Amino acid sequence: MFANKIICSLLLLFSMVGCAPQKETGKTAITIWHWMTDRAPALQELVKRYEAKTGIKVNFELYAPSDAYSQKVRAAAQGANLPDIFGILGEKRDFASFIRAGYILDLTPYMDENNSAWRNKFFAKALAVDEFSEGNSYGIDSGIYGVPIDIVTIQMVYNKTLLNQLGLNHQRPPQTFAEFLDIGKKIKAAKLQGLVSGWVETWMIDCFANNFAFNIMGKDKVLATIRGEVPYTDPDWIQVLTLFKQMQESGVLADGVVTMINKTAEQLFANGKAVFAFNGSWCVNVYKAMNPSLDYAAMLPPQASDKYPMAIWGGAGSSFMVNATSKNKEAAVRFLKWFTDTDQQAYLAEATNNLPANKESLRKIPEALASFSKAMDYSTHPNIWGVSEFPVVIEAWDRGIQSIILGEKTPEKVASEVQKIKERELAKKRVY
Amino acid sequence: MKLKSTLENYLFVLPAVSIFTIFYIIPFFFVLRLSLFDWDGIGRISSATFVGLNNFKEILLQDPNWWEAMRNAGWITLIALTLQNALAFLLALACDREIKMKNFYRVIFFIPPILSEIVVGMVWRFIINDIDGANIVNRLLSHMGLGQFVHSWLSDPKTALTTVALVHSWKGFGWGFLIFLAGLQTIPAEFYEAARVDGANAWQSFRNITIPLLIPVIILVAILTILGTMQAFVLILGLVGGELAGHTSVPVLRILTVMRDSSRFSYSCSLGINLGIILVIISFIQYKFSERARNLA
Amino acid sequence: MSIYYQAKKTTINTLIHLFLLAVAVTCIYPLLWMVASSFKTQGTIFRDISLIPRQFHFENYYLALTQGDFGRYFLNSIFYTVSVVLGIVIVSSLAAYAFSRFKFPGKNLLFFMFMAAMMIPIPGSFVALYVLLNKLHLRNTPLGYILCMINVGLSTSIFLLKTFFDKMPQELEDAARIDGCSKLGIWWNVALPLSGPVLAVVVVFNALNVWNEYVLALIIFDNKNLMPLQRALMMFRGEFLTNYPLLMAGLTITALPIIILYLLMQKYIVKGVTSAVFE
Repeated sequence: MFANKIICSLLLLFSMVGCAPQKETGKTAITIWHWMTDRAPALQELVKRYEAKTGIKVNFELYAPSDAYSQKVRAAAQGANLPDIFGILGEKRDFASFIRAGYILDLTPYMDENNSAWRNKFFAKALAVDEFSEGNSYGIDSGIYGVPIDIVTIQMVYNKTLLNQLGLNHQRPPQTFAEFLDIGKKIKAAKLQGLVSGWVETWMIDCFANNFAFNIMGKDKVLATIRGEVPYTDPDWIQVLTLFKQMQESGVLADGVVTMINKTAEQLFANGKAVFAFNGSWCVNVYKAMNPSLDYAAMLPPQASDKYPMAIWGGAGSSFMVNATSKNKEAAVRFLKWFTDTDQQAYLAEATNNLPANKESLRKIPEALASFSKAMDYSTHPNIWGVSEFPVVIEAWDRGIQSIILGEKTPEKVASEVQKIKERELAKKRVY
Repeated sequence: MKLKSTLENYLFVLPAVSIFTIFYIIPFFFVLRLSLFDWDGIGRISSATFVGLNNFKEILLQDPNWWEAMRNAGWITLIALTLQNALAFLLALACDREIKMKNFYRVIFFIPPILSEIVVGMVWRFIINDIDGANIVNRLLSHMGLGQFVHSWLSDPKTALTTVALVHSWKGFGWGFLIFLAGLQTIPAEFYEAARVDGANAWQSFRNITIPLLIPVIILVAILTILGTMQAFVLILGLVGGELAGHTSVPVLRILTVMRDSSRFSYSCSLGINLGIILVIISFIQYKFSERARNLA
Repeated sequence: MSIYYQAKKTTINTLIHLFLLAVAVTCIYPLLWMVASSFKTQGTIFRDISLIPRQFHFENYYLALTQGDFGRYFLNSIFYTVSVVLGIVIVSSLAAYAFSRFKFPGKNLLFFMFMAAMMIPIPGSFVALYVLLNKLHLRNTPLGYILCMINVGLSTSIFLLKTFFDKMPQELEDAARIDGCSKLGIWWNVALPLSGPVLAVVVVFNALNVWNEYVLALIIFDNKNLMPLQRALMMFRGEFLTNYPLLMAGLTITALPIIILYLLMQKYIVKGVTSAVFE
């Protein structure tokens, strides 16, 4: 008898514990999932303003860190319980998967109404990240499926104080690759660290290598390679790989750069231990928090060739998508229109030190941030190329570069390995 | 009446069987089924394409990363089988004769196993690492005049895996020690008495009494070591943080990475099955081997 | 007994002692280091390499518990551990008792299934659990995690308890039955109390496993507030890279309860391991 009571109460406890909290129904409330811990207060402020203006409640729910966020969104997709608005942290391929599964609202009609009023507010390159163009290789109908809320460019930064210390002119950071390599010797002699970056995260290596690929062989050849028309064993690609070997040998890379996570890299640069860093414009906010007196500026990666312009990755930093199956999708779209409007974007830019996606909002941004925005003309982004490389090829390429830096493989060997994998994947005729 | 009684009996095992079915049996078949498809983990499962045994073909013929992970796990297992278990055995022998402090050492030696892999990984990383750690090993080496051996133990790909293996052994030897000690204590003291009366010295009684009687225990420890170490990976996450360009990649870590990153969800299921099959084969071989060894002894 | 023999014996004994002591030191030293570092500051933690910090900064623990949110994660771990252990004790003792005392069709098959599960590891089963829990809407919920963890400890606990029940003499149960006690009543009033020592082993084993668990927590929880300590530690390291003393404090908060539990119950653990191994 007593046993029964205990078992019953335990079952009751379990069932209570398992129930999800009920959301209040009635007034329209929009739920947004995001991962941006440092922007949470600013977002709350905007939510207050929106409610004051329209009476509609918006709930920004934070799920950090970003790998927990990714997982949550994917799981919600599987279980068909995505919120009204959310972001997809991943590649275009994943974006396409979500669209194919029917979860993403096509925003093109909204973008185009009133003579493309909404569309024209954005930097074209920012919007392009959320756009699928005509005839893209993902099999998605052309259109705009997401809204960028900020812009990010990924460039190099350099520490002005340290550059002066090395006897160089901080007004003129290295312009050519040869100059850059030369600095390596001075860095080693001064017992400083050279370039730091989170190169344990393979996409950052990918980005850096890609910048030089554009510089050495031009955009068309790079895209042709992805399409399978040019092999990775082409001398231009081997030259790209060799750059890494040269950097490692010249000492211009920091120790253990391939085992660094970006946070460590940011720390080292912010604390004045590294002369260069390769990071995205979000770092302005990060460095400011770590060391407000850091004297630094952004620079383009030093040119390895003058045949083609240097490229950097830039475009939408974060984007939001509307859940096509949501009951509040009209209200969600209206909110996003307001959210990305000039004043709100300007507020976000100031409060969180991120570049606005709305080109009319570039009013007051700090100097360090401005130096990032100047390079927007050079920017490109994998999500706007219309073709994607196979993930196994990318992985082999990135790991190959890590091996080159570690001195374990030669550029030629990596190139032939990558090409082999590429040919294998082409034979499978997968659609991406 | 009988029916009611039998039904009551079933009620006793019902909770266990239901939980077991839901959380073990069903996932087992789930994984089997998913491994035959090509699913990205995002869309509906019903829209995934059936690819038969293609995933497995790919694993066997076209996935160097997986076999690198296997080799790495094999290396860690080898170090565990030799260094870790040899150490455990020696310690058990030493404690077997030391009646006084035996309990004290038994308590101490089992502390590493009860710690979590995350705690062990992070603490050792802190001790060993130079960039974000106290760099104690290197400092000791320099102090002792062995400065030329200073290394970035955890970030140098040449040493990272072995460092992981050593930390893993540090954490694991307590198990072997406990089991060996228990095994040693089941050997009746009379055997040794009789041997001494017969004039056998320490080495002879060790070779002819201890070892043969301990063979089943040794094999048991070996099986447990292999099964456990081949699946280890959380320690690597705590110690190194990731796969280090493949150098510290191990099978289960690989499964986790493939599952979460590359949208090849069902491929990660196939990897899991592949590892499971390999472990079952190894267990089977060991079982056969132990039968033969038991007959010899 | 020659003096030579005496000397040799003593030297060997001393060497053995030193060997054992050396190993014991390497077992404890990292933990002492961890605790010592938790009392140091950002600035001194790398320069001051002594085991006893020059200054004790107790506020690191306060900061870890509040700013680092370790207080919440600690409570989460306690909640999960207690729930799972309670659940396993009830579920596995019910089943083990039935397997030991009752007859019903399929009994041997069912028991064999549980034993087979102990031998056959399914690597990467977390992949399938992720999908399954999602379907059942139990992912990212405490209940989902608790049920999963109950399953993890089932086979071993059932095995240990059944072995014990098999050896338990039946007289007391017979007496209770004659007195008119129901099967459940016998289980509750007779079998469970008698199985105290084995239950202690089951409790300690499972408590250890749940407290130290990481993978399932990683797969199941997205919500920070639900995360147990081990998962929170990894997340913490990613977010608060700079603050090593805080991290060490967090590690100590995580490790200390387990060490205390172990020191109190190590007799049972040893008995449990050896009895499970030597059947």
